Amino acid sequence: MEAITDITNAIVLLLNYIVVPGLAYGSQLALGALGITLVFGILRFANFAHGDTMAFGTMITILVTWWLQSKGVSLGPLPTALLALPVGIVFTIAIAVATDRLVYRHYRQQKAPPVIFMIASVGVMFMMNGIVRFVIGPNDQRFLDGERFIVRARDFKASTGLAEGFSIKVSQGLTIVIAVFLVMALFWFLQRTRTGKAMRAYSDNEDLALLSGVNPDRVVLVTWILAAVLATIAGTLYGLDKSFKPFTYLQLLLPMFAAAIVGGIGNPIGAILGGFVIAFSEVVVTYAYKKVFVYLLPTSLEPSGLMQLLSTDYKFAVSFIILVLVLLIKPTGILKGKVI
Amino acid sequence: MSFLIGENMVGGYGGADILKGCTVDVNEGEIAVIVGPNGAGKSTAMKALLGMLALGSGSVKFKGKDITHLSPQARIAEGIAFVPQTSNVFVNMTVYENLEMGAFLRDDDISETVEQIFELFPILAEKQQQFAGELSGGQRQQVAVARALMSKPSVLMLDEPTAGVSPIVMDELFDRILEVRQSGVAILMVEQNARQALNIADRGFVLVVGENRHTDTGAVLLADPEVRRSFLGG
Repeated sequence: MEAITDITNAIVLLLNYIVVPGLAYGSQLALGALGITLVFGILRFANFAHGDTMAFGTMITILVTWWLQSKGVSLGPLPTALLALPVGIVFTIAIAVATDRLVYRHYRQQKAPPVIFMIASVGVMFMMNGIVRFVIGPNDQRFLDGERFIVRARDFKASTGLAEGFSIKVSQGLTIVIAVFLVMALFWFLQRTRTGKAMRAYSDNEDLALLSGVNPDRVVLVTWILAAVLATIAGTLYGLDKSFKPFTYLQLLLPMFAAAIVGGIGNPIGAILGGFVIAFSEVVVTYAYKKVFVYLLPTSLEPSGLMQLLSTDYKFAVSFIILVLVLLIKPTGILKGKVI
Repeated sequence: MSFLIGENMVGGYGGADILKGCTVDVNEGEIAVIVGPNGAGKSTAMKALLGMLALGSGSVKFKGKDITHLSPQARIAEGIAFVPQTSNVFVNMTVYENLEMGAFLRDDDISETVEQIFELFPILAEKQQQFAGELSGGQRQQVAVARALMSKPSVLMLDEPTAGVSPIVMDELFDRILEVRQSGVAILMVEQNARQALNIADRGFVLVVGENRHTDTGAVLLADPEVRRSFLGG
């Protein structure tokens, strides 16, 4: 009987510290990677400004959230940020489209090679980063309100009688639910609508799409709109789940790019798969397994160390290693994407 | 008066002119074939007709209207369809979606055209939910031609439709092209397999270094000893 309890406790530990956080973080990375992969597929360049576009959208959402909070508006148990999100999305679409008009369109008309676009996007990244720091500052901002947990560790312990608690944060639950709906909507759009098919055709074979009468300006415009929507939602969900700090969003660029490339860049399903591969790898190698082993092993074999493969400080190294391995072994990614 | 005509076309891709005053035309319900040695400007002539190349001088007329300054997209909207030599299908889209993309500029019901296409290319009906990238070379060429036909064009231009396919597939493809002609579409193609192409051609243009060397019916060109010696290998 005690053995079963021990095993259950170990499973609860893994669910609580690996599965739930991995799913939430994976969803956030997947949404970010989808934006990167869409821009890569249609505009054919690696958009380094995507992380800071996320930061910009989140910043607007936070500012509107604060304003709403000051007016006493709230969504009850849900975070007020959800009400502010549409405003954040609209502003981010505006800045993404404006950037395209002011920067990228020029290079498109010149038929510049992808590397020029990429460097231009680094410039856009610094600009966007500067705007965000100038407006909201470089520090941590918290904007989460409402109920904190869907399942509380204490309630879980009380109802199951287990020693280990299991909890799901509202931000985690929201992240997963919103990501699922967003991904379904995106795929419906790409697979079923005329504009979505035109985008896929343009990504597949630009010349032939033009020969079929696809309007490239419209395809590019819709791509930026989708990228902005995905970036703002991904950024806001990440901010609700962790916290908002401009520098963190710049750092997110690495795992998001890794996710897009590992899954197969230009391939939306690959971006989602890659997001979860990266997220789970990070969580799995940086978790300290000591307690799990304590439950599973006899007392005499109990580990003395933390049983942690890699300190959390090195979590970005995980994305890097996976990225390098995939590029060496299967450059097109797990699902077939474009070769970079 | 010709249905589609490029007259005295001069032009190239920057640098030296590739076309040096050549004239190519095609009439309704007719197959015209452009043949000639490598580097003669065959494909370039076709691209000029489509507007993918700016002409230094000369003109392109379609249904009596001057379209010299229209963009390729505008010409396609006017009823010209083009099948490029390579990368002529959407490999990551299904056969059916390829057909839908061919009809992108149409806003009427396309089901009837799809039926006609499936009658013409029965294999495509069978494979309609497969990705075009998974098909064999010959089947892909059929998808490519079918995609172009979906816009219900009055002129169909094919750039070396039989490049890289087996002789059996080539014969079949030419048979299909003959069937397309029956429906009144004007067909203009560039071909490496000059002998077979001239066999089914109503008219042939032999281009050499960007100029017309011989222009006549397919049968006359095939019988011409000089054409045979120079371009058809005896």
